[in-house]
Amino acid sequence: MRNAFADEVTQLAAKDLRIVLLSGDIGNRLFDRLRAQSPTQFINCGVAEANMMGVAAGMALSGLRPITYTITPFTTTRCLEQIRVDVAYHEAPVIIVGTGSGLSYASLGPTHHSLEDFAILRAIPNMRILAPWDAPSLRHVLRQALLDATPTYIRIGKKGEKDVLPIEKVSTIGRLTTLSSGESVAIVAVGTVASEAVRAAEALKSLGVSATVSLAHTVKPLPEADLRELFQTHRFIVTVEEHSLAAGFGESCLSFAQRVGFAGRLRPLGVPDLFLSKAGSQHYARQQAGIDSTAIVEAVRGLISKPS
Amino acid sequence: MIESFQDLHRIARELRFRTVRTSHLSCTPHLGSCLSCLDLLVYLYWQVLRIDPSNARDQGRDRFILSKGHAAPVLFQVLAERGFFPVEDLEDYGKDGSVFGEHPPAPKYLPGIEAATGSLGHGLPMGLGMALAARIRGAHYRTYVILSDGECNEGSVWEAALMVAAQKVNSLTVFVDYNKWQATGRSNEVLGLAPLAAKWSAFGWSVHEIDGHDFSAIDAAVSAKDELGRPKVIIANTVKGKGVSFMEDDNNWHYRIPSADEVRKAATELQISPELIRLDGLAPRTHE
Repeated sequence: MRNAFADEVTQLAAKDLRIVLLSGDIGNRLFDRLRAQSPTQFINCGVAEANMMGVAAGMALSGLRPITYTITPFTTTRCLEQIRVDVAYHEAPVIIVGTGSGLSYASLGPTHHSLEDFAILRAIPNMRILAPWDAPSLRHVLRQALLDATPTYIRIGKKGEKDVLPIEKVSTIGRLTTLSSGESVAIVAVGTVASEAVRAAEALKSLGVSATVSLAHTVKPLPEADLRELFQTHRFIVTVEEHSLAAGFGESCLSFAQRVGFAGRLRPLGVPDLFLSKAGSQHYARQQAGIDSTAIVEAVRGLISKPS
Repeated sequence: MIESFQDLHRIARELRFRTVRTSHLSCTPHLGSCLSCLDLLVYLYWQVLRIDPSNARDQGRDRFILSKGHAAPVLFQVLAERGFFPVEDLEDYGKDGSVFGEHPPAPKYLPGIEAATGSLGHGLPMGLGMALAARIRGAHYRTYVILSDGECNEGSVWEAALMVAAQKVNSLTVFVDYNKWQATGRSNEVLGLAPLAAKWSAFGWSVHEIDGHDFSAIDAAVSAKDELGRPKVIIANTVKGKGVSFMEDDNNWHYRIPSADEVRKAATELQISPELIRLDGLAPRTHE
């Protein structure tokens, strides 16, 4: 996803001279093409994220379309007040991009995990929150985000994510993307953990359980129309996110389900309330957190076997 | 640009009085902080800034950010007097639903405002973004930022100072309203601000240290050219509560609200005609 992001920004910047990529001293060589193509459209802001976010807001208020880029915790919680005041309150059209989000950098430890970003940024008015699942969906939402002036946060993974769908199949911001349709259960996955949902659906199929798999790249505004349709067509729904269970995507869906009187059962899967301090791969961390394909399968079986 | 310094003194006296009166009527604090930077604002708004109140969002306008947003009461008076909105609008100051509160609102809510400051340490990074945007877009506006000395406690001020120097941004002028106080103590004691000029100088800035109430000194510092092309910071030595004898250098006026009698006393000191005091029949609006 990282490489796709750099490539997409480079292409977009060639056509739209308002775009400026602000980097928090990260992405060694990643933006070489952009820098060669247009040196004024790339600025290394150093390891000074609070300043970088304020600079981005000032630029956005002066006719540019800045994109800030660094590792997720540093472009979100590290400079949260600048996001809240300078970007969101001013309605400054800044695109904030967090790389290595969720547990992508599992082995770097909790300092580099981002499992609170949805929850915290959701509570800030005017913010749009996007979590594409692969390179094509990232390209798609980035292009779309530049079409209006909404302050936007895009959380992306690292490198090597397998493409799930071609870009033409990715739905617009605010909509779910249906990957497959089934009757027994709907699995709604947000962001890069979509790959676990795909694997879970395959495993469920071999167990005779047919699952709808819906992918969400929009956390805020919540894809309410599409969720409502899932509520009408499914009795059981499992959401999965590489994010804390607290105030994440799943809890937003639960609260929406309650508001519209969903009669079935919705089970959110997310990271429990703890720091994942043990070293290991992203896959290991997902297992520990209970958001890997096995955990999804277990959750679905639990829902279906105890329907009341 | 046409005013004599004598005119600027008159404007400053009138705005000092209006700020004191409004503080009384609306129970808005930070008078000491307002009066220490008032002369800097008067100088900028009447001598320097290329702005058109009838076209407040003109893309080529100079940008001014009052990073010490708690001095918004002065900024509102200045913007009204310069014609961004009617002076009479300020009679609603602090009323329920008024746009005039303790800090500047976001730009879309009031003409002339560039940044909703109030949380300290935000104005310089935003001003830097505006200045960089000018360079990138080939625009010729300049950006001015007023910081408070207490605000220099914030790390983001120094993050921005480093980046301004690295990017060689010289369309940006920064003032530090160095009144030697912050909310609850001397700014040189709370976090060891001194030597302030040497700190900025070490960060790669061209530093001018002046009397921040002397228009000719402000004028000289603003006009000075730096042969090395460095960004400019003007350390304005000021007096908190300047212009009203019983407020000067008394940090109680960071929060205190003047009584009606104190407003009248200030009016006398500032040579304000009695008919402009206009307190009779008006009661302070407390938010308690």
